[in-house]
Amino acid sequence: MTAALGRYLILLSLLAATAGALVAFASAARRNDTGWRWTRRLAYAYAAAIAAANAMMIWALLRPDFSVGYVATVGSRSVPKWVAVVSLWSSLEGSILFWGFVLGVYLAAATWRSHASQAEYLPWASGVWLSTAAFFSLLLAGPAQPFATVPFPPSDGPGPNALLQNHVLMAVHPPFLYAGYVGITIPFGLAVAALFAGRLGAGLLRTLRIWLLVPWTFLTVAIVLGGWWAYEVLGWGGYWAWDPVENASLLPWLTATAALHSALLVERRAVLKGWTVSLVIASFLLTILGTFMTRSGVFNSVHAFTQSPIGPAILAFLALATVFSLVLLAWRIDALAPEGRLEPGLSRDTLLLLGNLLLIVFAFTVLIGTVFPLIVDAVRHQQMSVGRPYFDRMVVPLGVGLLILKGLGPALPWRRSSKPTLLGALLWPLVGAVLAAGVGLAAGARNAWTLLTLFFAGYAAQVALRELWRPVSQRLSRASAERPRIGRRRVAAHVVHLGAVVVFVGVAVSSTMGVSKEVALSKGESFAIGHYTLTFAGADVVSEAHREAVVARVDVAQDGRRLATMAPRMNYYASQQNPVGTPAVRSNVFEDLYLSLLNVDPSRQTLGLHALVNPMVGWIWAGMIVMALGAGVALLPARRPLPDNGRAGGASDADVPDAR
Amino acid sequence: MSGTREDSVALTVSRRRRNRWLALGAVAVALAAVLAFLLAGLGENLVYYWGPTELRAAGDRAIGATIRLGGQVVAGSVRRGGSVSGIEFDVADRKGGQVHVKASGVPPQMFREGIGVVVEGTMTRAGYFDGQRLMVSHGSEYRTPREGEDVDMRQLIKSTQGLAGKKEP
Repeated sequence: MTAALGRYLILLSLLAATAGALVAFASAARRNDTGWRWTRRLAYAYAAAIAAANAMMIWALLRPDFSVGYVATVGSRSVPKWVAVVSLWSSLEGSILFWGFVLGVYLAAATWRSHASQAEYLPWASGVWLSTAAFFSLLLAGPAQPFATVPFPPSDGPGPNALLQNHVLMAVHPPFLYAGYVGITIPFGLAVAALFAGRLGAGLLRTLRIWLLVPWTFLTVAIVLGGWWAYEVLGWGGYWAWDPVENASLLPWLTATAALHSALLVERRAVLKGWTVSLVIASFLLTILGTFMTRSGVFNSVHAFTQSPIGPAILAFLALATVFSLVLLAWRIDALAPEGRLEPGLSRDTLLLLGNLLLIVFAFTVLIGTVFPLIVDAVRHQQMSVGRPYFDRMVVPLGVGLLILKGLGPALPWRRSSKPTLLGALLWPLVGAVLAAGVGLAAGARNAWTLLTLFFAGYAAQVALRELWRPVSQRLSRASAERPRIGRRRVAAHVVHLGAVVVFVGVAVSSTMGVSKEVALSKGESFAIGHYTLTFAGADVVSEAHREAVVARVDVAQDGRRLATMAPRMNYYASQQNPVGTPAVRSNVFEDLYLSLLNVDPSRQTLGLHALVNPMVGWIWAGMIVMALGAGVALLPARRPLPDNGRAGGASDADVPDAR
Repeated sequence: MSGTREDSVALTVSRRRRNRWLALGAVAVALAAVLAFLLAGLGENLVYYWGPTELRAAGDRAIGATIRLGGQVVAGSVRRGGSVSGIEFDVADRKGGQVHVKASGVPPQMFREGIGVVVEGTMTRAGYFDGQRLMVSHGSEYRTPREGEDVDMRQLIKSTQGLAGKKEP
């Protein structure tokens, strides 16, 4: 019954999306108002149908109703309620269903925010959105079939992958990732619309930028949360391994970041229109590539589910979307010719351009390293992967280059300026730079890349703080009648930069200044790591509702003083033959003590322990939160249209009515 | 756009055509250079997934290269080192290949004779495999190969866990 109703809802969503896409394209070509009204209705209908299907599935998972195919594969009577809900995205079919839901939310929101002045291009965008929605509904109706009926329902199911029910972050990371990944469909549609309309004016640019910033923010949070989850759950002591699946989430983030920055040049100089549109399109294609890589089993990792016809279907969609985009770009990109000009010389403009190039080379480097093994496997049937040293060697200099630009760019004025102005702007932040590098040296940093990172992190931080302080000090010094208007976007940008600088520092320090030890201990034995002394105090068997566990007790002492008892553990799930280790982490502002069990024997009271002291890992999570808050500031609805008073006059200025 | 700019627009269009070819050429050269640089970096940092037979066949190429050696731990071959960490064992596949492995570090929980393993490390001139990391196959997914059947490397790697520095469960 539930299964049949679910299938019916999916068919309904497919119908609404397909009809909506056709009507949208037809009304776009003919500029037909009735068509556009129907497009909107069908978009809402799609969103409602797919949301209802998701609600059905959650209900079935909570009961649990094992006559529904997906529930039979991932449901279980013994899991807690939150795990049951999270199971919605813990496996392939459910994750595509959830994908459809997220797309429905975006579609409804973008449709609801649209208004009459956008009639020139919105039908094109809606057509693209609804086509994408139709594809994913087709996947759900055809190969995925989460609502398949199980003729003889089992009395209980296996529950989701043990690794995925091992930590609460698993409830948070995937929704953010989907909100990031799926959301790029919206700017993609707008970019395609700009090509069809042959215009990227101020209104469309603003809509495009906001709808790019929303998924970008989610993606930023999702990438860091993924690392956080890996760190807290997988037990190898790190947060990033250049795993193909991690790379898949990073690739669209890099191109979207580039697009957000090049959009500034579109706005101010009326240049790089085609380039920005291409970056947005590339971001979308990379999300589909990422979906293919994570959802088809071509890579082996915690994210990759089993082999199925879904992989080839996504690959076909990727090919179709790529060909469509390339043809459209080749046909229409001349319509987006620059109206302004980029002046040579050292200015914020030119550094923005340079940053764009670095981001693209970065993305290209990661892309090559990620897909190379796939190509070798397909052509020569050899199994290999690209080792971590490739990424570290190639990407670290690019990252430092980006950090340098992050400092220099905002320090410089827009457009060309005189030498004394330049020197004044560029010299001051050296104070922060020397300070940061000095603190690093004093704390024992000797790695050249780390010191370089700290130096330019200090530089960029001072620039961002100065820019954030300036409007505040202006407000304080002037009478309230003549309040200078603060561009909220500018505040947001500098807060995001500040957060990113914190992330840079965390990554540089944690990856070069950690200590790691593997030891085997019997009960009562001690060893030293960093300035800690660790003692194995014993191991106990613990019974919990949905699992058994062996919990080791490790006493932590520093300078003879006992600090805490940490409890790394091995969890045994009924559905899984092998145990899943859970590390224990003790954090303070400057470092984490990280303990992970390699093996443990409660009868002989012995254990193998992997102990690490990871400095400043927490700064990565903190920096991510600052970045998200900053982006949130930019997305808050403006109280009133604010003219951006920092803008120099230019050909494009007339096109920029407000500063939101 | 204002009408006074039309002449200059026409002029820039022809100039732009010429410049476009120059720019395209420059971009192509730059792209080729970046690609060559990246591929050179790739070549030095590949990790090969081999069984004992492929490892033997590779000969000197295996010495110093990063290899993930997959196979089964031969029964009766496991010797724990004198110190508490460190372990020695033989890894075999069904094609008759066999390699002696000396692994450092503490073995993972599920390590035992007869189980499928993946060892990351490199071949030494002395003829044994120097393992840096040891992963054990995931019992629920990996099945022992039948007689005459080879270890399915993809399946084995997919089903391994416990590799420090790598996310695979």
